Amino acid sequence: MQLPDEGLILVLKEDCETCRMIAPVAADLARRGLLAAVYSQDNPAFPPGLDVADDRELEVSWRLNTEIVPTLVRRRGGQETARTVGWHREEWQAVTGLNDIGEGLPEQRPGCGSLAVSPGMAEELQVRYGDTGLAARELAVPFPEDPFEQMFDRGWTDGLPVVPPTPARVLRMLDGTRRKADEIIGMIPPSGEVCTVEKAAINAVMAGCRPDYFPVVLAALDAALDPDFAYQGLMSTTMGAGVCIIVNGPIARRIGLNSGFNALGHGFRANATIARALQLIVINIGGAVPGGMDRSTMGHPGKFGLCFAEDESDPSWTPLAQSRGVPAGASAVTVFGFCGTTINNAETAREPEGLSRSIGQCLNAVYHPGLAGGGIGAVLVLGGEYGRIYREAGWDRAQVEAALHKATERPSNRLIAEFMGEEAQGQPGEPVRKFADGDLLVVRAGSNAGLFSTIIHGWSSGPRGSQPITREVKP
Amino acid sequence: MREPTVLLDPTSERSDAMRARKTPPASLEGLTVGLLDISKGRGDKFLDRLESLFGERGITVERFAKPTFAKKAPDDLAAAIAERCDIVVEALAD
Repeated sequence: MQLPDEGLILVLKEDCETCRMIAPVAADLARRGLLAAVYSQDNPAFPPGLDVADDRELEVSWRLNTEIVPTLVRRRGGQETARTVGWHREEWQAVTGLNDIGEGLPEQRPGCGSLAVSPGMAEELQVRYGDTGLAARELAVPFPEDPFEQMFDRGWTDGLPVVPPTPARVLRMLDGTRRKADEIIGMIPPSGEVCTVEKAAINAVMAGCRPDYFPVVLAALDAALDPDFAYQGLMSTTMGAGVCIIVNGPIARRIGLNSGFNALGHGFRANATIARALQLIVINIGGAVPGGMDRSTMGHPGKFGLCFAEDESDPSWTPLAQSRGVPAGASAVTVFGFCGTTINNAETAREPEGLSRSIGQCLNAVYHPGLAGGGIGAVLVLGGEYGRIYREAGWDRAQVEAALHKATERPSNRLIAEFMGEEAQGQPGEPVRKFADGDLLVVRAGSNAGLFSTIIHGWSSGPRGSQPITREVKP
Repeated sequence: MREPTVLLDPTSERSDAMRARKTPPASLEGLTVGLLDISKGRGDKFLDRLESLFGERGITVERFAKPTFAKKAPDDLAAAIAERCDIVVEALAD
């Protein structure tokens, strides 16, 4: 749509009290031959009696960057030379060069919101009339073919429906970060294909993320691409590993990440979609397709994604991220390669020593009761009641971790025998720790009712396997 | 009519945007050909002729028919064709 190069241009909508109020002024300007064009956003018959251009498609409103109606613009030689929004008599006099307009009207009235900036509209208009700057290939799904079925057919999913990644949705997702769309994040395993921020945004849209989750997705992806995380091995192992994302800091509350009831389960959009975004990235960009480059023998339900926030409501408990060097008050993610979860109960334990020994029995089952001494990792999620027992005994994180390491020490000859499926012979051998330093992470999550903890089983851990990685969440 | 839905490709874009058609077999020898009548007028006549031509060449043929052309094939019918035939000829038009 071509804008007049000279004269006054007025953009308005009937559904705006101020626009209706200034309709006589518009008629006055038209009578004097000063009004080059009037554009209506909602009803081309308004204002009555004027030659009104239909801008229900909002192209002119978008090209004029109209945020408020009415907007009055003066153009000379194809350039904008003056603008006013709403009704303010002196400003209208300045823009029009007339001192005798709007008699009988109040001195000023605020305008109304332009339809061009109604929620979600700006990105749609940018896609339609502007340059999105997006680089990804576009695929048109003709009506009435169902885009959801098309995405299944193309193998773009984890088996559940995905949100269609339209350009407008992807622009909104990219608004969630300050990082540039064309920034290369890294090479995604198993195939090693390049992932840009834009490609990550496309997959985050498909996973169902809101734009304000996107910085968490990017931080988790950065963490997972740290060589020490061994993402390549995790995504192609026969053992069937997924990525567990533990979030600390204020961003968890801001985006509604659950740390309470059912924290490791369903029902919360942020929990459900952030980890799913990572999984879609390795499927779609990394090519981690089951039976293809994903060689999982049987996998586990957590391969759809597991993300939760740590319960930071107890000030005596040092949050995981802080225990790993992140400053207090900062938001961070910790990624952990895992092969499923088990819940365990030590419901009769009422004091911290016995509780630690009881939990230790369950921790010994990780991988195999007969395996210990490095390469084995786990996250222990302490529910609220276990947290209370430790807190009331005055135990801090360091004491809890030390007690759990002690509780999982076992004699070497017994370990070997158990692993071989035999009875242990002779005197107990040297005690061997189940978990090396850094391979057992302890976090607090879940509701305050129920004497439970959950063990998140690691994959091959330690320096020769996958190590947990913590990264601050940056905007 | 509605405009197409534009999707942005979430992949590494190593494969063609257009999905390749299934490669036709080099020979029909030893294969079973399904003949699907969608219940449009005289489709059966066309398929009768095809059946006799295939028969002359010693090619196994199985006949199928949709109850009505106005609706998609019932799932059991589609499954039977997929299980028993290697290729299918569909008599689409009047």
